[in-house]
Amino acid sequence: MSLDIKQKNTKLIRTLLFVVVGMFGFGYALVPIYDVLCDITGLNGKVESTAVKEVVFPIDKNREITVEFITSLNESAPMVFRAETNKLKIHPGQYYTVNFYAENKTDKPMVAQAIPSISPGLAAEYFKKTECFCFTEQTFKAREGKLMPVRFVVNPDLPPQYKTITLAYTFFDNTEKSVNK
Amino acid sequence: MSAVIAEHDDHHDDHEHHDHGPEKGLLRWIITTNHKDIGTLYLLFALAMFFVGGIMAMIIRAELFEPGMQFVQPQFFNSMTTMHALVMVFGAVMPAFVGLANWMIPMMIGAPDMALPRMNNMSFWVLVAGVLLLASTLFMEGGAPAGGWTLYPPLVLQTGKALPFAIFSVHLLGISSIMGAINIIATIFNMRAPGMTLMKMPLFVWTWLITAFLLIAVMPVFAGAVTMLLTDKFFGTSFFDAAGGGDPVLYQHIFWFFGHPEVYIMILPTFGVASTIIPVFARKPLFGYSSMVYATASIAFLSFIVWAHHMFTVGMPMAGELYFMYATMLIAIPTGVKVFNWTATMWKGSMTFETPMLFSIAFVVLFTLGGFTGLMMSIAPSDFQYHDTYFIVAHFHYTLVPASVFILMAAGYYWLPKWTGHMYNEKIGQLHFWLSAVSVNILFFPQHFLGLAGMPRRIPDYAVQFADWNMISSIGGFIFGASQLLFLYIVIDTIKGGTGEKVTDEVWEDAHKHGLEWTLPSPPPYHTFTTPPTVIPTEHI
Repeated sequence: MSLDIKQKNTKLIRTLLFVVVGMFGFGYALVPIYDVLCDITGLNGKVESTAVKEVVFPIDKNREITVEFITSLNESAPMVFRAETNKLKIHPGQYYTVNFYAENKTDKPMVAQAIPSISPGLAAEYFKKTECFCFTEQTFKAREGKLMPVRFVVNPDLPPQYKTITLAYTFFDNTEKSVNK
Repeated sequence: MSAVIAEHDDHHDDHEHHDHGPEKGLLRWIITTNHKDIGTLYLLFALAMFFVGGIMAMIIRAELFEPGMQFVQPQFFNSMTTMHALVMVFGAVMPAFVGLANWMIPMMIGAPDMALPRMNNMSFWVLVAGVLLLASTLFMEGGAPAGGWTLYPPLVLQTGKALPFAIFSVHLLGISSIMGAINIIATIFNMRAPGMTLMKMPLFVWTWLITAFLLIAVMPVFAGAVTMLLTDKFFGTSFFDAAGGGDPVLYQHIFWFFGHPEVYIMILPTFGVASTIIPVFARKPLFGYSSMVYATASIAFLSFIVWAHHMFTVGMPMAGELYFMYATMLIAIPTGVKVFNWTATMWKGSMTFETPMLFSIAFVVLFTLGGFTGLMMSIAPSDFQYHDTYFIVAHFHYTLVPASVFILMAAGYYWLPKWTGHMYNEKIGQLHFWLSAVSVNILFFPQHFLGLAGMPRRIPDYAVQFADWNMISSIGGFIFGASQLLFLYIVIDTIKGGTGEKVTDEVWEDAHKHGLEWTLPSPPPYHTFTTPPTVIPTEHI
């Protein structure tokens, strides 16, 4: 094999390894790209994780929307978790408060995080929360139970095809991860 | 990198002393840098893994023979479906094609060896290490991975002690594939004989070139995805953990960004071999050579932009569903071009039906069937019915078993006389073909019905209304599995001397018009084309 081919090989390998490293990086780059895309398009039912300022909307008394509340526990976290009510008929523009109850069933302190999800996903941007226990991690003393309010409003701009919105919360037991921090 | 080149230089110096035969004894196979030796190693390893993965499939079919739990625990059953897939994909089909590439590409393009022989040796042994590591998870506390070959979180994160081992084995398999791919690209770009222009290359070389680019583009993405799983489980990151702000659906996007091109990594070289064999037995040049090249490149390109058709039910918005639906349907066009070209090649040809041709014809027919069910599933609203049922199992097995595996068998029968210098037993070969072709349909066709009726995949037990078709499918599976022992017998028999018939250099009538490998003696000497060939066959153009 001539020197010429060796040089060509070295050059080619260098380029190809660059592609390999680049594609490994691209795999990681997909993480922020995915978040940004979900954010821009409001897909995936991803909800704002911070409170919004309470603004006054015109209340649309003629329109009634059903808001359903679902609670679940991840990997059978040792908790009790339920909503005060399963569903609520609401008017867009009016503020409502719903209480959720969560209880630590263990004899040790617990750190838990509730993750919200709204379906249909495209309705998520019209669902505004001014107060929610899901914005931060919740700390529970041993056997402690807490009543936690969620205050929300549905923006009257919500397109007319949406008649039911489901708000689902899943509580994750984060005690171990928090201890490791 | 310079180290590799420098070492290669030594090898090269040996080379010029000539009459440098293989090492004596077992060490030959461990330290060899000869493309034919490494090709043989890859092919034999793939054949062994084909039987290991096959035994796992037999366990699955035995458990599904009747409703209710018969032989294994559900957890072990799920390990079997997961390991069967991983072993067959990464241990059998991919290495088998790399083995063919090693043996045939240098001989087809008139090169003395692969461009990077030391790396070639290393990529084989890294593969062995990877597969052994994967197999070792079967004996670990908590069992082998059982969340499906797609390794979706959060389920896969519940794997016991085996998780990090499985992930490292995926890393090793990825490194091995990437090294193999770089080697193939370097060989094809830099080692072609004078006059062997790109558009004169046999299609097998073309399809492998494109496959190699797919490999270096997507294996690193998969490595990244499993690394994220690893750090999520052990280092407190939250890529896919909703509690920490991650999203499990993100994993599916990253996985299928790798996964869909991966599917074509297994099928494109299949197309290449089919395009090599069919013209020889139809005694006609390949119809539409350049359209075959462009179709292959189009399929490779499309494979990068259709991944979410594996995730139609994940809750995508309408626009996403429609985009991925139409993009997926587009793939049918270049694929259709290929099927028409193969058919047109056979049209009015002087066909004979030796075993390699029989397997190739069965491939054209049955692959098309698998392609049609793929089209059905590309229709997003219909896919909601087919998703995660036995329908998808039937679909991808049709595109893998009577397609990739049949073509690997065809390649075996086609080139074994060249590799060994002995003729295989045609009668047993044909028996193997007919048993395989009939039983593979008994095995997989009923799974379409099961899937349409709603039987979910990856479950050890099922409702009684699925009993009849499952039993038929299992019977087909057992016949298919047993038939492959004939292939094992033929391979061993041919290596030992076969029918004793003296094979000519070109083995098949007028094969020398179709590829440079048929201008070499059978078996070819240890080193071939140390001086480049001067006449380039152009029959296929």
